Amino acid sequence: MSIRILYFARLREDMGIAGEMFELPGEACDVNSLRARLVARGGASATALGQGKAVRVSVNQDLARDDTPVKAGDEVAFFPPVTGG
Amino acid sequence: MAVRVQREDFDIGAEIAAFRRADPGIGAIASFIGLVRDVNEGNAVAGMTLEHYPGMTEKALAGIVAEAKGRWDIVDALVIHRVGELKPLDQIVLVVVTGAHRGAAFAACEFIMDYLKTQAPFWKKEQTAQGARWVEARVADDQAAERWSEPQVK
Repeated sequence: MSIRILYFARLREDMGIAGEMFELPGEACDVNSLRARLVARGGASATALGQGKAVRVSVNQDLARDDTPVKAGDEVAFFPPVTGG
Repeated sequence: MAVRVQREDFDIGAEIAAFRRADPGIGAIASFIGLVRDVNEGNAVAGMTLEHYPGMTEKALAGIVAEAKGRWDIVDALVIHRVGELKPLDQIVLVVVTGAHRGAAFAACEFIMDYLKTQAPFWKKEQTAQGARWVEARVADDQAAERWSEPQVK
């Protein structure tokens, strides 16, 4: 299945891209397993999204948790803790 | 309810006048204005860039305002947040809450800012003499938002 992924702020800079389409086997997963698959690619993905990094995630523009489901066609964004206001 | 994310500055007087719409049921208006300072974490700040997540940011702000309207007896709330390049002295954010009485208006205004700080997707990158740096999220902001997790008296 195909997932649209977006990166913001420090994560966009660390990844070197603002977003990408990512192919996953199967028809459903969750935020945690999607992140693990991205990290498993190594390189910038492992640096930006690896364990110990403060990363927030949204699915279809709602804040998500590790166990939030992700399905084909979803928009998943990874970003640092927010600092507006 | 009104939520705006914009590059342009805003005129506080004009925004409040337009938002109260000569409604004689409004007896109190509470407002908060956030500004760019020239120092942070001990370093002089020459300017900052505010990034957001178009679509999600507006959705998050609308959700925060809806939550405030559910918790307190207020008439309405307005949030304007700027993005792009900002300098010290510039206005960043405006929150205006209208209500019959001040108590709910004050509380809702503070609640909206505390939740905006911790849940709305905005990120600040500061320019300092030591180079550009992303602003780190503050534990104090999380603690401020936590205060509202207990049900509030209307």
